[in-house]
Amino acid sequence: MSQLNLQQLHDTEFPVPADMQGNVAITSLSRIYNWSRRSSMWPLLFGLACCAIEMIATAASRYDLSRFGMEVMRASPRQSDLMIVSGTVTKKMLVPIVRLYNQMPEPKYVLAMGACASGGGPFKEGYNVVSGIDQYIPVDVYVPGCPPTPQALLNGLIALQKKIDGQLLTNLDDVPWYGVGPSDAVPIPVLGPDIIDPRQMELIRRQAELAAQGQPFGMRELPPAAITDVEKAKAKMKVKGSAAPAIAASGASEDVDAALAEMRNRKRQEALARKRAMMKQ
Amino acid sequence: MYGMGILKGLGVTFKHFIRTYLDDIKYAGRKYLRQENFEARQGLKADGAFTVMYPEEKIAVPERFRFVPFLVVEDPDHPERPGEDWCTSCGICAKVCPPQCIWIVRGEDPVTKRPVPQPEAFFIDIDICMNCGYCAEFCPFDAIKMDHDYELASYDRTRNHIHDKERLSKPFSYWMSIAPTTAREEAAARGGWEHPDVIKEFKKSNRTPTPVTEDWQQAKMNAAAFVEAQKAAAQAAAAAPPAAETAPTVQSAPPAAESTPSGELSPEERKRRREEALARKKAKQEKAAE
Amino acid sequence: MTEEMTLVPERADTLPIEGAIDYLKRKFPDAVKDDTRQGYSGIIVDPAHLVEVARTACDELGFNYLSSATAVDYLGIDDSMEMVYHAYRISGGGALVFKAQTDRNKPEIPSLIEVYPGADFQEREAYDLYGIHFPGHPNLKRILLWDGFDGHPMRKDWKEAYYEQETKPFDSRWPKGYVRRAEELNVFGKNVKYPADLDLAKLSDMSEEALYSGMGLGVDVSSFPAQADELQTDRLVVNLGPHHPSTHGVFRMVVTLEGETIVALEPVMGYLHRNHEKIGERNAWNHNMPFTDRLDYISSMSNNLGYALAVEKLLAMGARYQPPTYRAEVIRVLMVELTRIVNHYWAIGFLLNDLGAFFTPALYAIAEREKILDFFEATAGSRMMCNYMRFQGVAKDLPERIRSVASHVNDKVRDFNTMDYLTELINERIPRSVDELDRYLTDSEIIKERTIGVGYLSPDMAIAYSTSGPLLRASGVPYDVRRAEPYSIYPELDFDVCVRHNGDIYDRYLIRLDEMRESIRILKQILPRLEKTQGESVFAGNKAIYMPRVPIGEAYGRVENPKGELGYYLVSQGDPKGPQNPWRYHVRAPSFINLTPLGAMCRGQKVADVVAILGSIDIVLGETDR
Ligand code: SF4
Ligand code: SF4
Ligand code: SF4
Repeated sequence: MSQLNLQQLHDTEFPVPADMQGNVAITSLSRIYNWSRRSSMWPLLFGLACCAIEMIATAASRYDLSRFGMEVMRASPRQSDLMIVSGTVTKKMLVPIVRLYNQMPEPKYVLAMGACASGGGPFKEGYNVVSGIDQYIPVDVYVPGCPPTPQALLNGLIALQKKIDGQLLTNLDDVPWYGVGPSDAVPIPVLGPDIIDPRQMELIRRQAELAAQGQPFGMRELPPAAITDVEKAKAKMKVKGSAAPAIAASGASEDVDAALAEMRNRKRQEALARKRAMMKQ
Repeated sequence: MYGMGILKGLGVTFKHFIRTYLDDIKYAGRKYLRQENFEARQGLKADGAFTVMYPEEKIAVPERFRFVPFLVVEDPDHPERPGEDWCTSCGICAKVCPPQCIWIVRGEDPVTKRPVPQPEAFFIDIDICMNCGYCAEFCPFDAIKMDHDYELASYDRTRNHIHDKERLSKPFSYWMSIAPTTAREEAAARGGWEHPDVIKEFKKSNRTPTPVTEDWQQAKMNAAAFVEAQKAAAQAAAAAPPAAETAPTVQSAPPAAESTPSGELSPEERKRRREEALARKKAKQEKAAE
Repeated sequence: MTEEMTLVPERADTLPIEGAIDYLKRKFPDAVKDDTRQGYSGIIVDPAHLVEVARTACDELGFNYLSSATAVDYLGIDDSMEMVYHAYRISGGGALVFKAQTDRNKPEIPSLIEVYPGADFQEREAYDLYGIHFPGHPNLKRILLWDGFDGHPMRKDWKEAYYEQETKPFDSRWPKGYVRRAEELNVFGKNVKYPADLDLAKLSDMSEEALYSGMGLGVDVSSFPAQADELQTDRLVVNLGPHHPSTHGVFRMVVTLEGETIVALEPVMGYLHRNHEKIGERNAWNHNMPFTDRLDYISSMSNNLGYALAVEKLLAMGARYQPPTYRAEVIRVLMVELTRIVNHYWAIGFLLNDLGAFFTPALYAIAEREKILDFFEATAGSRMMCNYMRFQGVAKDLPERIRSVASHVNDKVRDFNTMDYLTELINERIPRSVDELDRYLTDSEIIKERTIGVGYLSPDMAIAYSTSGPLLRASGVPYDVRRAEPYSIYPELDFDVCVRHNGDIYDRYLIRLDEMRESIRILKQILPRLEKTQGESVFAGNKAIYMPRVPIGEAYGRVENPKGELGYYLVSQGDPKGPQNPWRYHVRAPSFINLTPLGAMCRGQKVADVVAILGSIDIVLGETDR
């Protein structure tokens, strides 16, 4: 995928001299650019739960975030580059969070701080808790812990800086905003009888139809056979050296993912076409 | 006079401001270089800036610090039970875990289907774990402990955040290195440096557990001496023809039984056997997992 | 009224509890009866007469402080719903517990808001989570969840999307614990569950509209009698929060403004509603301890203590209970008083933040807090989530040395003697820093201008609204659970209940300083006790049991948390062989109830003062929303 895009970017339909075809210039530009970007990450001043207290402690004098150029906590999403999701995301709070995320200008990053923001945390089973903010907005770095100590959070922030360092300006998969302009807003969830992800509307509708025929709505009893399937998958994954199975591909997430990927791809193609047309003029 | 209060307050701020520079003078520019200065900076006498220069310097966490748990296994160079789990898959930690983030598959003998005291699989979902430390506190075998490694940030949680047995297992020497005092207290409660079950077996076979008054490494040396003694005894009885290779015995059979096959046991041979046993164990695990 | 009424002494408000109950029984012979269930206490009141009985208890008998009101669902036991009220006298002493039972299918209990305005939020919570209707409540709508949420989640027959089993421990974890993410079992891959009759066509975000209707919006100002000398402004609704730097988390206030002046304020909460109580009822008794850390996450030690005391009350009804050892009690008090100091540092720092002194005072306060956290970390294992108290004791004795060992390459280690560290902390470091805060802030004219006379709360209102902690005491009511209903070793300690009389923000700031000084005084008495009990056991009994058996009954345990009175109402129905988990686990959260008078305190103030008033109440959202 990335190779393909790289090709497309270089394919400007202008004659390019052979010695300029390499992206040496872009790479060192990337490096300078990324260095300045990562050294002035402004986090959104925004705390959710207990982890926020540790985040404040990290920003305070003992651990001092300003050593990383991150002390400028902005209360407005319009001025911030980094959202530290510090704490339990509840369904009620999810709506404002997605809105805040949409309001942040790109390039923007999300750091999920603590078990809660990464995957639900100790309160995962609760009826009002979102099991992982990454089900709604893309997350760049996860920092486990409950709460992560300030040093663990700093470790996560350094990991984020490393990630930024690795983002080549030429790689549109890493940095979509350079190539194709701002990405789409994440659809804002709706508070209905329960939280409703607009991206899953189709699936919910199908399920509702099934429910009208007397089937259980949304619940799935995995048959015992499926358990062994998971196990097998696990065993296989183990051979490959990874720790645990990815979430078993459910029809739902496949649908959404495929649709999203398709949409993203289409957007990108359109934007590239636009860009090309602009360059031609 | 109006404004005095503000001035007084500003005085406090000013004092805070200059203290840091006074500190610099006091430590003669070596504030961040020397261990004693670090201790002074982080102690109660500290007045000026006391910033921890993470990642160049890190505050070591105290012994009782709790982060994600890990499983204690015997050291890989243990003469008798290299790499063996301390966990007996009794399930208490899974029961006592408040958010229920521990999953244990109890070991099972492939033939008799009887449970064996060893976990076949062990998972902790660190996206749920609340680092409460209950698992470590209530484990009757001191087999699960709270880790000190907090640097776990990752880019992908689906694959990194369910820790399986492989990832959880850390040798006993690691536990000794991060929490010597606690480990010693626990060993004293067990009555020796060895695993509680091993100690029980020792009592049956008249071997003495390594007392806590000794260094913990002594336990390994004792085991090595025991293996040597067994070997010598076997050599003495070498007249008898070597017995046929016994079928793989039940796992974690008493160590005494494991070293009964007589015959020449050169170091290489022992190493080979150990590797074989480990391979068998692994194969079994994989088989069971399928 | 009957003839015997004349026999009642003049001063009915000094009757002991039994006498008071007697009095009520005589006055309402057919509405009041004893609660005779095993392990229960108090009286059961006929809902039809509940308001009268409550009024008598409040006005005649002096039980004018409603500490807690909560609902219990007895599905499968006697299929009723019950409201449980705990009322206290402000002069101290035990609780008058009265209950009202109603039919589960059509639950309805008259609102007590007329008698106890402090029941406001608590009744709304019961309505939200249990679906009990309170006729007479002026503003009965959901408080923690959103309008349109399906069902009332605390009911015993309501199952969440990730429902696995009625009680923990779950069977799927051992011995066949094949790891499973809960998402895998849900078709949507998320923690959601829709009702069977979901009509997608009708979906819309209704929650906001309902909120704004009651806010006095759409008032046509031109219809007001024109006042020539006043500037005419439109009413304006402003949302503060849930993402707002000064709301101390994800709290939201919807304020209606006329110019700069507040005419109405509606707190909106639930943005951190983590289903603490629902999870708590699935949990076993032990499991809840680390969860209580996450209530008021700044003072986790005190939360632990409250829960331990409540469960110990229940355990004490059984045979095998041993009270905590003396050293355990000493350590407990040490921890909670340190926690109080930690909390007040934080509160003062962030109050100043709200006043506009952006971050400098907060930074100084946090720096001092770190010193105490170091001690917590070395003792309990975590800076914030201490999980340190156990039933009948504490988890571990203090370590001999506050010591760290290197486990990373760049690790720098420390090594202090614990007792030396504590002695220096208590005798020098904390007093010095409190004095410094005092010098730094108290006389500042800016702070005085911003705070004196702002956010006034009268003593009567403070009591009526069931406020507690510094908020109550700054209004001139010397009520402190440590003295009113002493627990642990407080009776033998020498300290004063701080009180200030002006009831404004400035006094709430001052009282926190006072309380820190009192805490230091207590800690100074604790130190010799620590020395003396060195080496004694910190746990009564052999070892903490991982699944304690708790006798049937109810208990209400409360402690004076830094933020106010923290109470746990527990009901145990466990049969000795079955699952061991609380039937009801309710947290009376001071931050939640202290917010009740927020609207009243803010009315007529300027919009900039709202954040300061909120800051002076000192809430923490983990506890407010639970
Ligand atoms: S991860 Fe733990 S500390 Fe952080 S918000 Fe969740 S419960 Fe609180
Ligand atoms: S309690 Fe200890 S021995 Fe038992 S299963 Fe857990 S780790 Fe293993
Ligand atoms: S630390 Fe607590 S939450 Fe984590 S695995 Fe152990 S018992 Fe469970």
